[in-house]
Amino acid sequence: MTAEHALSRETDVLVIGAGGAGMSAALAASQAGSRVIMTDRSLVGRGGATIMAQMTVAVALGEQTPDDWRHHYADTLKAGRGLCSEPLARLLCENGVDAIRQLDSWGVGWARADDHLAQVHAPGHDRPRCVYVDYLNTGPAVAKTLRTQVAQNGEIERYGDLLIVELLVEQGRVYGAVALHLTSGKPVVIRAKSVIIATGGLTRLYRRNSASLNMGGDGYALALRAGARLIDMEFVQFFPIGHLAPRLVGFDPIMWDPFRYKLGGRLLNGNGEEFVEKYGHAGEAQGYTITRDAATYAILKEVEAGRGSPAGGAYLSFQHVPEATLRKAFGPIIDKLAANGIDLTKAPIEVAPIAHYHMGGIRVEVDMSTDLPGLYAAGEAVGGANGANRLSGNAITEAVAFGMQAGRSAAARAVDAAQLDEDQAFALAAPVLSRLAAAPQADRSINVAALITRLQALMHDHVGPFRTEEGLQHALSELQALKAELGDALPGDGGPQDPVRLDALDLHNMLLVAEAVTRSALSRRESRGAHQRDDFPGMDDAWTLNQTLAFRNGQWRLESQQVQHLETPVDVPATDSTAYQSQA
Amino acid sequence: MNTQSKDQTIVLEVKRGVGEGPSALQQYELPAEAAASLLDGLRWVREHLDDTLAVRYSCISANACKECMMLLDGKVVYACVARMTPGATHQVEPLANKARVRDLISEIAPVKERFERKEGTHE
Repeated sequence: MTAEHALSRETDVLVIGAGGAGMSAALAASQAGSRVIMTDRSLVGRGGATIMAQMTVAVALGEQTPDDWRHHYADTLKAGRGLCSEPLARLLCENGVDAIRQLDSWGVGWARADDHLAQVHAPGHDRPRCVYVDYLNTGPAVAKTLRTQVAQNGEIERYGDLLIVELLVEQGRVYGAVALHLTSGKPVVIRAKSVIIATGGLTRLYRRNSASLNMGGDGYALALRAGARLIDMEFVQFFPIGHLAPRLVGFDPIMWDPFRYKLGGRLLNGNGEEFVEKYGHAGEAQGYTITRDAATYAILKEVEAGRGSPAGGAYLSFQHVPEATLRKAFGPIIDKLAANGIDLTKAPIEVAPIAHYHMGGIRVEVDMSTDLPGLYAAGEAVGGANGANRLSGNAITEAVAFGMQAGRSAAARAVDAAQLDEDQAFALAAPVLSRLAAAPQADRSINVAALITRLQALMHDHVGPFRTEEGLQHALSELQALKAELGDALPGDGGPQDPVRLDALDLHNMLLVAEAVTRSALSRRESRGAHQRDDFPGMDDAWTLNQTLAFRNGQWRLESQQVQHLETPVDVPATDSTAYQSQA
Repeated sequence: MNTQSKDQTIVLEVKRGVGEGPSALQQYELPAEAAASLLDGLRWVREHLDDTLAVRYSCISANACKECMMLLDGKVVYACVARMTPGATHQVEPLANKARVRDLISEIAPVKERFERKEGTHE
């Protein structure tokens, strides 16, 4: 295959990823007058993490109880353990209000009670703040609503099965991207004045995760290779109560969170004892209040002490909840559980922490621009808003609010930014096109899918919730070994939907991003939020800073920067406690 | 492998091929515990036996993305919720009413979301 066979496209704004952030960005850029191409490696609106959200979307609507975005902001900063970028956290909480109202006006169907939107009280929030769509349908409803808006827009070119392989960069400016059309195996050169990375996070790096297959960190790898900086890469959120046993089919492993919101439930160790109080948190009798980082820590420490459940986690029990109450809260879901042989009134289920979300990501300004002119990011791909730990419910709000901002910014730049001509773009793309065209290897001894599994085990065991110098060093050397086994050339035949080639492209990205996480974790010699070092327990004030990371000319450049503060601090109003506690 | 677990072996007979090209049946044997669902089984095959087997899915087991539609013993199923019977031989094929791309992957994207090849080739 030669470059002459590559296909060519041109647009104002290229949006990479068609989940909640990407679709929001595409809509905003189109409304601002830009021509937009939105791509997804899977199907538009289906392949990202958004569609998998089970329940909560945090935003200060004040429907359930009086609220103000500044209270949400204060809670977000507190959860972030001192590392949130204040401008980004403010954007999330303040713009989130309009973003979520916008979804409501588009008919997403937020649950209602007594003529107002129902809001539940999630851990880490000072009051009921999370809207949702019943039953466990928040993500599908948000994804469908945005898909419908994109379709009705009529102007947005949107393509599934188009994998972005590399950005087109010249002298530090981004001019588009090279894609692989999976259905045909053909490369595509897309010229764009602005490019938005909205590819989500990196939870696929871990053996047990709650996210889609597509969350392998592609966007971080694209940004790194283009020369952009990443931030806070050591902070991978583990969701504490991912489903562990018995085997369930047809459910997302984070499904028990909504049960906790509505019904409480009791977290018990292998001996049937409540344990979170031992780790300094309010007991389960006080309701579901324990934050994700703290619960993950407590569960895994119990397992380490030999008090885990049989499958190696904790028990979650709803045996004290009457069946009628279960049915009222989760009607059809109770029947689906029965089909899996699960009766919550009779036995507890087992849960354990699973990789869920990445706080870190591409470093951006508050307008979502990166270090590279022409490159923007949105949603989970962005680092910094959530610091060392993300509050329940902030992810969808972030996706939509940041997506809309990125779309507006990218469109504004596209008005007078230069576009490459086709020959210039193909010249820039030439190395990638020849890599994609390389002749298939005849005899291949490696199974790439198995290498990915090995990477996931390595990351889970050594760069997971608990880390040590020794484990992280081991991970670094194993990452090099995996890289050597994979080799540089792309295996597979390069034809339509070639799974070997796709796995190899993914694994190259995953290895690069895994190294970014590992190097950042090795450098941070303290424990904070989602980053827990067994050899450096406890927070160290000297580490109240963000680490950033670039990869240039084959060299990693790790730096630190002061946490970004607002020039004028947000004036958080005094809480009128009587206003909501009676309803909480 | 003892007799009991041998009896529990799941056999997947997968119809394979690229596009409108010829098809061939390929058999894979799986231990029962490797496959509560069909998708579990296909992922196990890719990791342990044959990474060239093309399967499409995104959300893995949440039944949210709806991408893993295929035929199991002649019926349309989502692979992530279709249960396997230990000891059984199952026929697995791509959707009958959609164009095959490769193996179990069919062209399922809405027409407006497909990237058309014919336009815009660089000359």
